[in-house]
Amino acid sequence: MKPAPFDYHAPQTLEEATALLATLENAKVLAGGQSLVPMMNFRYVIVDHLVDLAKVKSLAGISVADGRMRIGAMTRQREIEFSPEVARHCPLLLKAIKNVGHRQTRNRGTIGGSLAHADPAAEMPTVCAAHDAVIEITGHAGTRKVPFNEFGIGFMTTAVEPNEIVTAIELPLWPQGHGYGFQEFARRHGDFAVAGAAVLVDCDKGGIVRRASVTLCGVGNTPLRLPAAEAALTGQRLDDAAIGAAVNAVKSIEPTSDIHATPEYRSHLAQVLLARALRDAAGRCGKLD
Amino acid sequence: MGAKQFGARVSRLEDSALLTGGGRFVDDTKLPGMLHACFVRSPHAHARLRSIDASAARDLPGVHAVFTADDLPASVGGNRMPMLVPNPAIEASLTQHCLAREEVCYVGQTVAVIVADSRYIAEDAVALVDVDYDVLPMASNCRDAVKPDAARAHSALANNIASTFRMGYGDVDAAFASAAHVFKEDIWQHRGGGMAMETRAVIASLDPSTDLLTVWSATQTPHIGRRMLADLLDRSLESIRVIAPDVGGGFGPKAIFYAEEAVIPAVAMLLRRPIKWIEDRREHFLCATQERDQYWTVEIAVDGEGKIKGVRGKLLHDTGAFVPWGIIMPYIAAATMPGPYVIPAYGLDVTVALTNKVATTPVRGAGRPQAVFAMERLMDRVARELKLDPAEVRFRNFIQPEQMPYSVGLTFRDGKPLVYDSGDYPQAQAEALRMINYEGFAVRKAQARAQGRFLGVGIGNYVEGTGLGPYEGVTVRVLPSGKVAVATGATNQGQGTRTTLSQIVADNLGCRIEDIVMTVGDTAAIPQGVGAFASRQAVNAGSSALMAGGAVRVQIVKLAAHVLGVSEDEIEVEDSIAIARGGNRPSLTFRELARLSQGMPGFSFAPGQSPGLEHTAYFTPPQASYCSGTHVVETDVDPMTGAVKILNYIVAHDSGNIINPLIVDGQIQGGVAHGIGNALLEWMKYDENAQPLTTTFADYLIPMATDVPTCKIAHIESPSPLNPLGVKGAGEGGTIPAAAAIIAAIEDALSEFGVHFAETPLVPERIVGALRTAGAYEKLGGLR
Amino acid sequence: MAKHQVSLKVNGRSVEREVDSRLTLVDFLRGELELTGTHVGCEHGVCGACTVLIDGRTARSCLTFAIQVDASDITTVEGLASADGGLNTLQQAFQDNHGLQCGFCTPGMLMSLTELLKDNPDPSEEQVRDVLTGNLCRCTGYAGIVAAALDAARRMRTGA
Repeated sequence: MKPAPFDYHAPQTLEEATALLATLENAKVLAGGQSLVPMMNFRYVIVDHLVDLAKVKSLAGISVADGRMRIGAMTRQREIEFSPEVARHCPLLLKAIKNVGHRQTRNRGTIGGSLAHADPAAEMPTVCAAHDAVIEITGHAGTRKVPFNEFGIGFMTTAVEPNEIVTAIELPLWPQGHGYGFQEFARRHGDFAVAGAAVLVDCDKGGIVRRASVTLCGVGNTPLRLPAAEAALTGQRLDDAAIGAAVNAVKSIEPTSDIHATPEYRSHLAQVLLARALRDAAGRCGKLD
Repeated sequence: MGAKQFGARVSRLEDSALLTGGGRFVDDTKLPGMLHACFVRSPHAHARLRSIDASAARDLPGVHAVFTADDLPASVGGNRMPMLVPNPAIEASLTQHCLAREEVCYVGQTVAVIVADSRYIAEDAVALVDVDYDVLPMASNCRDAVKPDAARAHSALANNIASTFRMGYGDVDAAFASAAHVFKEDIWQHRGGGMAMETRAVIASLDPSTDLLTVWSATQTPHIGRRMLADLLDRSLESIRVIAPDVGGGFGPKAIFYAEEAVIPAVAMLLRRPIKWIEDRREHFLCATQERDQYWTVEIAVDGEGKIKGVRGKLLHDTGAFVPWGIIMPYIAAATMPGPYVIPAYGLDVTVALTNKVATTPVRGAGRPQAVFAMERLMDRVARELKLDPAEVRFRNFIQPEQMPYSVGLTFRDGKPLVYDSGDYPQAQAEALRMINYEGFAVRKAQARAQGRFLGVGIGNYVEGTGLGPYEGVTVRVLPSGKVAVATGATNQGQGTRTTLSQIVADNLGCRIEDIVMTVGDTAAIPQGVGAFASRQAVNAGSSALMAGGAVRVQIVKLAAHVLGVSEDEIEVEDSIAIARGGNRPSLTFRELARLSQGMPGFSFAPGQSPGLEHTAYFTPPQASYCSGTHVVETDVDPMTGAVKILNYIVAHDSGNIINPLIVDGQIQGGVAHGIGNALLEWMKYDENAQPLTTTFADYLIPMATDVPTCKIAHIESPSPLNPLGVKGAGEGGTIPAAAAIIAAIEDALSEFGVHFAETPLVPERIVGALRTAGAYEKLGGLR
Repeated sequence: MAKHQVSLKVNGRSVEREVDSRLTLVDFLRGELELTGTHVGCEHGVCGACTVLIDGRTARSCLTFAIQVDASDITTVEGLASADGGLNTLQQAFQDNHGLQCGFCTPGMLMSLTELLKDNPDPSEEQVRDVLTGNLCRCTGYAGIVAAALDAARRMRTGA
């Protein structure tokens, strides 16, 4: 399983990278390679040019300012996993990332690569959907910002044009002590999720939900926000009745079918996992680590 | 004669090279001028081959040649491969052409071979080969394949029946007619594979100066390979050498002789260059042989106490598109079903169906796991229906140790009457139950249930024929250096062959283990050989090692006595020295003895002496020797997701005397991992066009470190009277009853919902589906 | 087909070669440098037989192109030997605990555990199994490998 021939480019700056993508035909960006290279080895993907972003140092890094966390697209998943900023400000991301592949793949895999690859069951796009992330995309013509709900278009298809690069992910942060839950079901440790649920809740001192974010992964071509579930939680105490009402919203979804699961099973799992994620979130709400 | 190595946890001799990157697997060998091969394979499950245009491929820079069937000599290009295990019950004795002629019958079948400077370039060239196929209707599953109007897997055959046979004894009809209770089970066991970490691999090189063709192959059976090559390449055996170097796992699929193993040497001879072919993982998923599909419809007849009156049923076995290993596997399955129980009457009708999928051949367990699953599901059914404890039902039906040797009433696949040589089945089960604290389980289960957890326990018993013949030889030779050269037809894919045989030789010859230089898996080292499968090497090669080592020891004693001028019974042989007991204990080292044994030019030997210190022994077992054991498994099932966690895995294992407990425990633990895979994870899926759907490690799930607990193992040693070591084979016992015990435990965990399972693997989705149908989620108060 | 110069360190030795863009790191190590201890098991990043250290961190060398590791420090199983060339503590623990059978997955296992024990000198069994999910073994059923890892960790902590 050897890849087809290609030319390799290793730009040092973002400008060089976008200039290359503007001129090269049939070129792809190489980030961590953990998703792209297997496809190249299978020859499902055949490119004439690979543009390796590893040397563009400006594309990696985590910073927090103005209620947002900015994560450079080339930030390795490992860095996210061990980042004190992520632990402090974005615990949902920390919880989710431990399910991403294995230690050996997280050392190289990047958040930008995961987003651009857009596997329907992937954890990082799910967290981005939950957080209403804004994705920064850069091409030769300039930079644009795309809200996440416009970023994922279809099955493994995003708003990124062939000559553009995902350069950063901006996550609006939730208040300190917010409740969060991430539950996924995979056949083995580190496998792709068959289904998953990501939950963010912000409760007032009385335990009433001020705001809720409910996202499912693995049930559709892209992560799925559930406004009906969010509405069922907002203004309520996060008790069994509210959780039950939120979980009910899952029943109206028709999940995808593939060799790993039928739509019925995915729907069933999504309900179970959402209930569990909501209970986790309820337990965490108001607690400061 | 000392026995200090036998039974000892001797550290493995194989390890230090493998731990430091010094292993020599086929792909680690590089020869000057070597070229690389890649096969063009059929993308269709069934098609007529109309034409092959390789001109664009040949023109690609770096490509040296492209061969189709017509480009090869007639012996290898024209004929089908020889059948390895013929049987008169096989109606369609079908084996493959090495490169397809006229028709392809499964996705991945070899069509052409490309030789290039590198594998990278060869793969580029594959895309340039234009093959014109006429797609034909395909037999995509064995149940449809046996229907009257079924699409035929092979155009030339009238139907898809490769074989039908019946195995049985006693008056089954009478037993069922008069029984108090009859219960029926429909059981489905899906396709799965051995999936070793090293894929198949072949290097072939012809030395023009000696006309010796050397082939390195990641095979379990180099001698069989050599015999096949002699036929296919029309060469003498002596002009072919097959080497199985370090092999990264076998488990059965590497025991078969494959088309690629003939094509690569043929191409090496044509091009007069060494050729290397390393199978990639995708090819392995398509083309390495698998085990199962099997559909069992079986019934058990019992009296009011749950004692078995008879067992009968039908087995439908999917052999795939060809029958390279004959019908061994369904035969073994049929013969294994009675197991450790007294069954007065038994009858199984077996139909072997052809489909347009890759062939099925023995994979660890070789049909026995399926038989045990069927039998144990019947036993659990009896327990449930008669409201008896599953362990008690089994105790009531065991063959008792005083009934050994026990004649089952069937003929086994070794061609001999199926007679269990030794074993204590009640003791094994009792020990396994004790180790898991079976008596206390009901309380554990109730306590867990009160906390919202669902615990279950399951039992699986088996009897396994091992140590199959016809032979496996060992040569022991003391060298002039004083070292001891050992050669054997036995091979090594991780079972520690070198170590266990060294232990036996050291004990029986009287040398130090570190003085042994052993060659395994090389046809040049010993003329006759068979190879590794059916857990046969410890019995066969082990016994030969005992015999050869002992014979050379006799020669040493004779020679030493003669030279030292003492009587033979005064000589002790230990640590590579022969010492006379009396007087000032004169001695001779092996080095000295070896040189003396060569004689001196012009001088005569003493009467009775022959040259050298050497003996070759080929132990031939009279029949299989029968291992047995009990697995008891405790599981925790999450009814909401269908996730299964194995909390405790107990093995009571009887493989007779144990040569090296370290290695036997490793085989059991490794076998259990395959069993867990069979039970919960491994499922080779195909679509309605017989296209494989699980062709990556992300889709075909083999157990990870988080899926396999460390087993607790109790050893029971019922020595076999059938070989001088008293050993039996230990390679497959870990796998054989695993699925039975695990699925039983899952069913037990969910017993309050009355769900029933009769398939492997049992995946979470199926568990949830059964629970939903049974109304479980209403009972549990909804999804949480 | 573009070719590139790579200049890197492998097991402490400087190496300079010209490589095709598409040559994977595992094929570079095995073919070009004849370090055949690192194995090819799947070429799609799941089995872990190809695991090496790149600048001290485990990586799938089947998913890395040789050109990507220009100016990097690679460690393979051949680089693990102790100062006197014998087995290091982890390797010795594998031998003592029957942590290998066919040996094909073993180099990858050793690299993953080398990283784990450096990051976490006192891992729990759960943590060991967690890391090992990135390395598939078909022979041992993992018990010997887990025992070897915990034994090695203990020996390294106590200096035994």
